[in-house]
Amino acid sequence: MAATAAALQFSAQVSSLNNYNDLYPDWTQREVSTGTTIMAVEFDGGVVMGADSRTTTGAYIANRVTDKLTPIHDRIFCCRSGSAADTQAIADAVTYQLGFHSIELDEAPLVQTAASLFRDMCYRYREELMAGIIVAGWDQRRGGQVYTVPVGGMLTRQPVSVGGSGSSYIYGYVDSNYRPGMNKEECLKFTAGALTLAMERDGSSGGVVRMAIITEKGVERRVILGNQLPQFSTV
Amino acid sequence: MATVSVCQYQPRGFSFENCKRNALLEADSTKFGFNAPAARKTGTTICGIVFKDGVVLGADTRATEGMVVADKNCSKIHYISPNIYCCGAGTAADTEMTTQIISSNLELHSLTTSRLPRVATANRMLKQMLFRYQGYIGAALVLGGVDCTGPHLYSIYPHGSTDKLPYVTMGSGSLAAMAVFEDRFKPDMEEEEAKSLVRDAIAAGIFNDLGSGSNIDLCVITKGKVDYLRPHDVANNKGVRTGSYRYKRGTTGVLTKTVTPLNLEVVEESIQTMDTS
Repeated sequence: MAATAAALQFSAQVSSLNNYNDLYPDWTQREVSTGTTIMAVEFDGGVVMGADSRTTTGAYIANRVTDKLTPIHDRIFCCRSGSAADTQAIADAVTYQLGFHSIELDEAPLVQTAASLFRDMCYRYREELMAGIIVAGWDQRRGGQVYTVPVGGMLTRQPVSVGGSGSSYIYGYVDSNYRPGMNKEECLKFTAGALTLAMERDGSSGGVVRMAIITEKGVERRVILGNQLPQFSTV
Repeated sequence: MATVSVCQYQPRGFSFENCKRNALLEADSTKFGFNAPAARKTGTTICGIVFKDGVVLGADTRATEGMVVADKNCSKIHYISPNIYCCGAGTAADTEMTTQIISSNLELHSLTTSRLPRVATANRMLKQMLFRYQGYIGAALVLGGVDCTGPHLYSIYPHGSTDKLPYVTMGSGSLAAMAVFEDRFKPDMEEEEAKSLVRDAIAAGIFNDLGSGSNIDLCVITKGKVDYLRPHDVANNKGVRTGSYRYKRGTTGVLTKTVTPLNLEVVEESIQTMDTS
């Protein structure tokens, strides 16, 4: 009885210890999160990946030109959403592991291997981590592939995948506009459109649209600035 | 007989054993009017920019303990290596110790590789350490320097995320400083223009944020040269008293005077030589 009373008292103390202090605004004590909208689409010969560029600490935008498309290997990239610290640390660890594996194998690694490494880490430490990752790239065996590893550590391959807080707003657009067998240009237009719509509606997404096109030939990076985004309505 | 083995298991990381006890003690002590001392924080405005030949780092000099200024002229720009410096915001002890640990490790690394350290290396070491402690080390850093690949600037958050940008601000005054940067930053500025911009950004933090104050320190790092300007600008001069509050001898009249000699006995006298080497 005394123990439970002491335990209740302790938790009350802990919450009072995090006192609201006028001197230090809320966002100095908040963790940095990539609010985010991320997306990846497969096409015949490669993948198109896209992300917004906003990183927030509470209501303050800590970085308005973030690059959330992180290279893991020559032709494998990942889109990061969730806690910035967690996803950066995971991506660094997987980059190391995949680089080591590739040297051992003496050939380019498979996208599925990279996705598996992400999944192993995200599932093993699922209680401590807040990370939603989309792994995409091109390899010799299966061509362009998109794998999604959401919060919790599931792994599944999808032809098109969206993630992040802004993804909720564009499921309808993605489901209605995606057609299998699109070519590279159509995929680019589809991705840019989806990300624009999400950035318009989600407060935690914004800035510029960063894209990466990964094919057998290599990686092409593109940026669409705010004033060049596709227009959907003039209201 | 039962000697303590050196190879005893050393638990790593923080030990949270005493947290419950401390919380209860703290609660009990306030009943008697005794308040435990608050951790000293550097309220702070720190910032950095990349200019044509290198980087300019700036910081204010106020350290606060709750609502009281603990140090009016503390140094927030820490040495990492001859070509890399780091500004620190957050808990003062954490920024101080973290930068010293990484500085020490980086010197060993530099001796091992026979190379001048790179800013990216310092960034990796700092972010991996801060991530390991899951945000419990309250150090928000602005890391800048010039190495063989050019000038680089990083912002590092307590949880271990980093951003590589041409201009960054951190601390409670970061919004005020960022407003100045977003208005006047241009890529490839000259040194004088860059120094003036950083000075103005820190001044914005000092005058508009309660957690920042006193002077402006600057650190200009270019290839082969570091200018550590402390203080670069004394923004807050201590006021001069307008009147003298000394009273002349005789202002207060003396009514009676009694002298009592105290007879003290020398019990023990010992001489200790001072080590002045």
